[in-house]
Amino acid sequence: MKADSIISLDHGSGGLASQNLISGLFLKYFTCPQLRDLEDCAMLGEYAGRIAISTDSYVVDPLFFPGGDIGKLAVHGTINDLAMRGAIPIALSLALIIEEGFPFSDLERIIASVARCSEEAGVAIVTGDTKVVPRGKADKIFINTTGIGIASHRHDISGKKARPRDAVIVSGTLADHGITIMSSQAGMAIGGNIQSDTQPLHRMVGALLEEDPGMIHVLRDPTRGGLATTLCEIAQASGVDITIEEERLPIRPAVNVACEMIGLDPLYLANEGKCIIICAQEAAEAVLQLVRRMPEGRDAALIGRIEGGCGGRVCLTTRIGGTRLLEPLTGQPLPRIC
Amino acid sequence: MKCADGFRSREITAPLVAEIKRSLVRPLRIMEVCGTHTMSIFRHGIRSLLPEGLTLLSGPGCPVCVTPASHIDAFVAAARFPQVTIATFGDLIRVPGSEGSLANARAAGARVEIVYSPMDALTLAEQEPERLIVFPAIGFETTAPTIAATILQAARLGIANFLIIAANKTMPQALEALLADPELAVDGLLCPGHVSAVIGAEAYRPLAEKYHLGCAVAGFEPADILAGLLSLIRQSNANRPTVDNGYTRAVSASGNTKAQGLINEVFAPADSEWRGLGTIGGSGLVLRAPYQRFDGLRHLGISLQATKEPKGCRCGDILKGRLLPPDCPLYGAACTPLQPVGPCMVSAEGTCAAYYRYSGQKESRRGIPAARA
Repeated sequence: MKADSIISLDHGSGGLASQNLISGLFLKYFTCPQLRDLEDCAMLGEYAGRIAISTDSYVVDPLFFPGGDIGKLAVHGTINDLAMRGAIPIALSLALIIEEGFPFSDLERIIASVARCSEEAGVAIVTGDTKVVPRGKADKIFINTTGIGIASHRHDISGKKARPRDAVIVSGTLADHGITIMSSQAGMAIGGNIQSDTQPLHRMVGALLEEDPGMIHVLRDPTRGGLATTLCEIAQASGVDITIEEERLPIRPAVNVACEMIGLDPLYLANEGKCIIICAQEAAEAVLQLVRRMPEGRDAALIGRIEGGCGGRVCLTTRIGGTRLLEPLTGQPLPRIC
Repeated sequence: MKCADGFRSREITAPLVAEIKRSLVRPLRIMEVCGTHTMSIFRHGIRSLLPEGLTLLSGPGCPVCVTPASHIDAFVAAARFPQVTIATFGDLIRVPGSEGSLANARAAGARVEIVYSPMDALTLAEQEPERLIVFPAIGFETTAPTIAATILQAARLGIANFLIIAANKTMPQALEALLADPELAVDGLLCPGHVSAVIGAEAYRPLAEKYHLGCAVAGFEPADILAGLLSLIRQSNANRPTVDNGYTRAVSASGNTKAQGLINEVFAPADSEWRGLGTIGGSGLVLRAPYQRFDGLRHLGISLQATKEPKGCRCGDILKGRLLPPDCPLYGAACTPLQPVGPCMVSAEGTCAAYYRYSGQKESRRGIPAARA
């Protein structure tokens, strides 16, 4: 492999190679003036409202998978974390930790993806950092993004706000991302064109909050741990019980098949472009219709309701009418032997 | 999976549940032998639909759970060799031996990879000829044929860096040992679907006759399980125990003779230690002489060391159906899915883990209450 086709420790040294990487790669793709100034920090201007901040690190393996890549996840994931408190994202940082020897072409592919996603979402990368660590000290590439957003005073969306009788809506099909990654890792091809669902949700949330923000009580994206774990967190934080109905859960048939083959439960697999919306019952139908009209939410479904009760319990009514308690995920989801 | 949808519809299951309620005239204890049945029963909330007098007990059919600490220790010992990569079924890696699990070994620097089949492990061996790929061969008659086929393939291709640690077990011998225990109070067996697909429904005939015990072979969908339970209730009511095969879409009377042939070609029966049950004669599989060059223990010079069960752990009684998980003093306190002590808590299909996850019972009835998170 030619020396200039891989990332070396020099690229993270702060010297000439670093500068070449910045001007030859990052500035080729990132157009935001604050970033192009190459100052020590970016100035964002003045905004009215509450400032929201969220950070997340991305270590997904494989780096490229059906429907996305690590760069796309890094942009969407942080945007979505801001959106889940009803904040409008305004800026992102991008920090890379790269393993020595990482192919330059893969880095360019990732940076191009980050740039494209940030542009499509209308949220600029305003500052960044690159470190290169010796071979074996990191696994190919890790990305951290931090996002800044502004939230209106007109709502108070939080995981603590679910109330008895509220409706529980999920904005689309479940487990697409998780099963895509698990089957990629297993080298298994699954049918039905299943791919990661990674997508930004801030526009859909924006549209929801424009209508009647007081009706929306909780927004959460069920990423790691899946729907079941996220609902458990909400039930705990809000001190309520939650009942959902298996029959109403939107899960693609091919995802169900793959889960059965590998021995995984789709309720515990990650999603990267879906959110749980808990809203006042009287608003449920309007919320559902609005979400379904957006491309991000066309498969949205009303899946259950908030109950009073002793708090912290999530109950699934199974297709055959049985009841099953859903627990938070413990450890990693592991495929079963048979 | 479309064909399975019908077996999950309420139109089919509701009449079965109603019939079970009508037919149950006295309390019955039924053992589901297979871990996948245990999982399915919890997952579909089947217990919540059954009448009170019908008790379901989970038997020794979780392959990860019955793998003894001595074998786990051997897998971990193999993992510690710098040239070894352990290629294992996923749910084995958290199973604790007497000195930690494969997950602990991995955290300490060992190479441990999750594979979905033994053939994947063989592929790894081809891709990494400089390393020794060791596959912990666990499971029942379900995994044994593919492991045997992998050994035959390795022999054909002349792959020398692929090894297994033979720890497979066979079901009929374990059931025989279990049923011979006078303390076991069970009125019927829900027989495993996958194992039966290989060994055939008739494999249970001698048990049904000798122990005068109803057997129903069932698939894993809710309707399969409910129909199996109904069959066992009816057999008990009529006092005519037999072997009823309700899973004819996968299980024949004599089973899959080709798979049986593969097992017999590569493996010979041997005594085997079961976690919680002790050593059961002829219930394990070891490599036959022509294939002993694939024996990881022999190659690495590892011998199985006798181990003690963890103090207070009642997995043995739970596997025998003598106790329910909350009857164990460690349940929910010292032993949870995150920090399992006994094998039944480790695999998602282990009785205790399934009970902990799905039943809502978080505390031992016998011991100190669980610490609240």
